[in-house]
Amino acid sequence: MSYTPEQQFQHKIDQEIKIEPKDWMPEKYRQTLIRQISQHAHSEVVGMLPEGNWISRAPSLKRKAILLAKVQDEAGHGLYLYSAAETLGITRDEMYHQLHTGKAKYSSIFNYPTLTWADMGAIGWLVDGAAIMNQVPLCRTSYGPYARAMVRVCKEESFHQRQGFEILLVLSQGTDEQKAMCQDAINRWWWPSVMMFGPADEASPHTQQSMQWKIKRFTNDELRQKFVDICAEQVKTLGMTLPDPDLKWNEEKGHYDFGAINWEEFWQVVAGNGPCNKERLATRQKAWNDGAWVRDAATAHAAKKAAKHLHKVA
Amino acid sequence: MNIYWNQQWPAHIQYALFLADNALILAQQHSKWCGKGPILEQDIALSNIALDYLGQARNFYQLAAEELNQLEGVQFYTEDSLAYHRTDRNFVNLLLTELEQPNWGHCVLKTFLYSSFASLVFQKLMHIQAGELTAIAEKSNKELAYHKRWSQDWVIRLGDGTAESNTIMQQALNQIWPYAGECFIPANFETVFWQNHPSFFHELEKEWMDYLQTIFTEATLQLPAKQAWQTGGKQGIHTEQMGYVLAEMQYLQRTYPNSVW
Repeated sequence: MSYTPEQQFQHKIDQEIKIEPKDWMPEKYRQTLIRQISQHAHSEVVGMLPEGNWISRAPSLKRKAILLAKVQDEAGHGLYLYSAAETLGITRDEMYHQLHTGKAKYSSIFNYPTLTWADMGAIGWLVDGAAIMNQVPLCRTSYGPYARAMVRVCKEESFHQRQGFEILLVLSQGTDEQKAMCQDAINRWWWPSVMMFGPADEASPHTQQSMQWKIKRFTNDELRQKFVDICAEQVKTLGMTLPDPDLKWNEEKGHYDFGAINWEEFWQVVAGNGPCNKERLATRQKAWNDGAWVRDAATAHAAKKAAKHLHKVA
Repeated sequence: MNIYWNQQWPAHIQYALFLADNALILAQQHSKWCGKGPILEQDIALSNIALDYLGQARNFYQLAAEELNQLEGVQFYTEDSLAYHRTDRNFVNLLLTELEQPNWGHCVLKTFLYSSFASLVFQKLMHIQAGELTAIAEKSNKELAYHKRWSQDWVIRLGDGTAESNTIMQQALNQIWPYAGECFIPANFETVFWQNHPSFFHELEKEWMDYLQTIFTEATLQLPAKQAWQTGGKQGIHTEQMGYVLAEMQYLQRTYPNSVW
């Protein structure tokens, strides 16, 4: 009895055998991964902008060095992820084109503005915290190059999260103005971070298939609950509060109950109407367009060098 | 509380602050490009260079702070008080380091000029007995060798690449070049610091200019006609740009004084 390629593929997945670039895979699996990995890579690269906004104003040389290194790490993550996506038969330039034309999405969280220094802490704690929650299971995702890229990404992300929490911890023990800055940043970043896990399970069209292919290991709502449970405890260390009057420990469920998510806001930001969607995209487009002469020159120079070399050899 | 430059400070402390200010202001200008580079790999490279300069600045500031505290019997000087509590009239960085970087060519050229100049200075520091300064120079020189190689390759690539890139690089060089000469025109503290090596600045100028000329020739870029050098940075007389650089950098420390971050 012979198995179809599709059955053999699913069998591998069920046996926890990684799918590698040259293996047969359903076209939809390939497309789903291209969409997800490139979206992830774009999120890293666009994610450099809100934090990059504070490098020049970091309040100490140590904080400046940590923040600059962090934003640079994000560029590195973008690089691993673009490379992982390229193994699926798409080029980096094609992915950039999709980003710049608005065809590809990136994480909506980066469409919110960074208004104070405390936002660097809140992003580290909440945004990187939510990202880790999403990304740790991806270290076991079924596609080999993606899983391996995520192992490296996760190591650095957990470092970033601790650095972010530490920024807030110092502010929470500082002057009244610093404490207020800390609480204000938590208030502004909390709900967008909760939304980072994506739509509720019943409104998430890709979840079921992605779970079957073990691209995803947990549903959006499962991960969201885990995130809320952890943050509700951690915020106590800061002596701050989360901006949710309905947040309450539920003994029976063994989880925190939390308030209703503003899905209208979520879908508005996804649709391009968040506070910074236009600026973020314009900044990326400008960087790409302004850099064209540099890329052209590098290509032209390499060609000249190669021609000289050929001439010498001849 | 502001820190004011004091010409009575020992020359080696003034010299350490000079090297720190150069590295900090260059790091500050470079880091504004983080996330906006023309190629992701090169974005990472320039951020990395900025991080190296920031690290060098911190080493030199920490050394100067320790010595100034000892000298004046206070605990007032720190790397942050030196960076965040001086106005532009009390910074002694080269004007070159504070210039705006409106395009990638400026980023490359500023790195090229500064790293090739500084690596000659640091190599000399490694050959004299200058205590901690020598130790920092040894560590930093490895980084500078990379900055120099990276920027030299890009000067050649962009100068020789296309007609458009050649034009952009030539314009950038024309703008930046008048600020190069300040590197080898010694301020008082430098003359004192290098007093046992009276030919140092003359040799520096010759060796540096020969090297620059070689690379610019390979890059098919023309050195601008001889003209008066723009100077003043080492005396705290800066370009108009410098006030804005510091206003941005020092904003939080100035707005919320006496806070811990």
